[in-house]
Amino acid sequence: MSSDEKQEALFQKWLTPKDSQGKDLKFQNPQAEKAYKDRVTIIKDAIQMKKLPDRVPVFVAPSFFPVYYAGITPQESMYDYDKCCMAFKKFVMDFEPDGNLGAYVPGSGRALEILDYKLYSWPGHGVSPNASYQANEGEYMKANEYDALIDDPTNFFSNTYLPRVFGALEGFKMLPALTGILEMYGVAANFIPFGLPPVQASYKAFFEAGAEALKWMGAMGAWNDEIAAAGFPIIATGYSKAPFDVIGDTLRGTRGIMLDMYRQPDKLLEAMERITPLMIKMGVNTAQMVGHPLIFMPLHKGADGFLSDAQFKKFYWPTFRKVMMGLIAEGVVPNPALEGKWTTRLEVMQDIPKGKIMWMIDQSDIAKAKKTLGKVACMFGNVPSDILAVGTPQQVKDYVKKLIDTCAKGGGFIVSNGAFFDQAKAENVHAVVDTTKEYGVYK
Amino acid sequence: MAQDLVNTLADLKEQEAIEIVKDRLDAGEDPLKILEDARKGMEIVGNRFASSEYFIPDLVYSGEILKEVTELVKPKITKAAESKKLGKIVFGTVAGDIHDIGKDIVVFMLDINGFEVHDLGVDVPAQKFVDKIKETDAPVVGLSGFLTLAFDSMKETVDAIKTAGLRDKVKVMIGGGQMSDEIKNYTGADAYGKDAMAGVSLAKKWIGASQ
Repeated sequence: MSSDEKQEALFQKWLTPKDSQGKDLKFQNPQAEKAYKDRVTIIKDAIQMKKLPDRVPVFVAPSFFPVYYAGITPQESMYDYDKCCMAFKKFVMDFEPDGNLGAYVPGSGRALEILDYKLYSWPGHGVSPNASYQANEGEYMKANEYDALIDDPTNFFSNTYLPRVFGALEGFKMLPALTGILEMYGVAANFIPFGLPPVQASYKAFFEAGAEALKWMGAMGAWNDEIAAAGFPIIATGYSKAPFDVIGDTLRGTRGIMLDMYRQPDKLLEAMERITPLMIKMGVNTAQMVGHPLIFMPLHKGADGFLSDAQFKKFYWPTFRKVMMGLIAEGVVPNPALEGKWTTRLEVMQDIPKGKIMWMIDQSDIAKAKKTLGKVACMFGNVPSDILAVGTPQQVKDYVKKLIDTCAKGGGFIVSNGAFFDQAKAENVHAVVDTTKEYGVYK
Repeated sequence: MAQDLVNTLADLKEQEAIEIVKDRLDAGEDPLKILEDARKGMEIVGNRFASSEYFIPDLVYSGEILKEVTELVKPKITKAAESKKLGKIVFGTVAGDIHDIGKDIVVFMLDINGFEVHDLGVDVPAQKFVDKIKETDAPVVGLSGFLTLAFDSMKETVDAIKTAGLRDKVKVMIGGGQMSDEIKNYTGADAYGKDAMAGVSLAKKWIGASQ
């Protein structure tokens, strides 16, 4: 199959979804089925840019907003899956966005606790029960460990990275390289570490976290079934990342990667190339398993100001583009989120085939984005967090109308908030959806 | 040679800068003079950042070189350097928010522009800002935040400053992630700075230093 055919096949799977048991999803009623298919179809048309959608689609893509809106705390949402599902269901039912992110945002607090996760602080663990989780940057990979990462990324993750970010997985430091188990001679010697108490303790935590994750996924699966059956498609399944962010966010950290750009640029470039196929596989595998074309890509350190143009072109864009092209080749639609401002990168990032990407735009110059990225790809976003939080419905309405005037012409545009928000006035979120449905019609 | 250190540091030539410092120390030069040259070099770095010739990686790298220079020079210092700081600023990421990249950049730029910055770190409760303002008498306060939940924390911090009777004595700037003039109005702060240089300009304006 060509990449176009593969993309079409994934869209067809999304249009005729399976439930979490693998059977054809049973819609609540024919109206819900029609609403679901209409929604997926307008999103598909906006992404593929082959025909004008029936109307401008609208997403609401929050972080913890549904949790606050439902009157529970982020801590409750991470530890009580029923409450989490209730909150996100209420959010979808009350606001009726054409696309929603599922109930995945909070995740499983219990699993993090079992594993003693150090990379993030979460409600009740380093931040207040009423705050969202946040990352603790650090050098989880040392400056002199590039060769170890490049030689064997999986081994580096299992034996070095995981023990550093999960307190309960300390024992994994003692694991052998599994490639040593080649034949008879390799068995006894290489299994010794698995008999050691610290390793066994780590595996115990591993299994417990796995059981907890399954429990969580059970709740998510049931939620997905119920919400899709009611007519509301989910736009989030799995994720992938730009290799520069893989290393800069959670391995070397911002400071580490920036020093590496000076002190060992070749190693950094080589490591990013090495990670590229892994990031492609990660996205493709999830998309195929779930039967959904969209793969989310949270982007961070390529934003305006973080790098010069030359640094962006040398360090950020080449492998980011390769990951996207690898996803596209398998029919996946990358959904990169340009959080913050990326105005100076827009021209460079147009270099992608048409109708293959769905960009999330935050504070980038939206008119310029339409003239650059928007010529070849669908965009959603740009409604700012500040007016959602402290503005009035009228301000939101005016903003959305102007946004539609600027961007919706010719298709390829979806109205949405631009950054994943926690705080907003409900009436302002309603105004985003209602204004789009009322004003975003193609005449 | 003095000029060499200023320029090599400004041009981010790490090895050369370190060599020069070692040579000058070996030659028995006054360590405070070396630090003064390093400061001049950093001033150029700051100017290049302000004119978008340098970006964050360059700033981070310059900070790293400066740290190495300082570590070499410090043991040789016998008398205290007379510091002529422009003025005091209390800075921090507001309660509930633990993001520090943006804050650290602004603090760094304020520092190399000659301000005495009291950095309270991240997730700073309103009362801690109030206490530090009282303790230092700083006329400027910088509130940083990345998340939308910081909107309310900033507002609470400004309110706490007001309640403590200090609002007329300080100017408050906000910045970071999703901040804007709209949020400035909401929080009751005096100004929103869209980037590190805007923060420096505000501090200069408020503290009355000339450019």
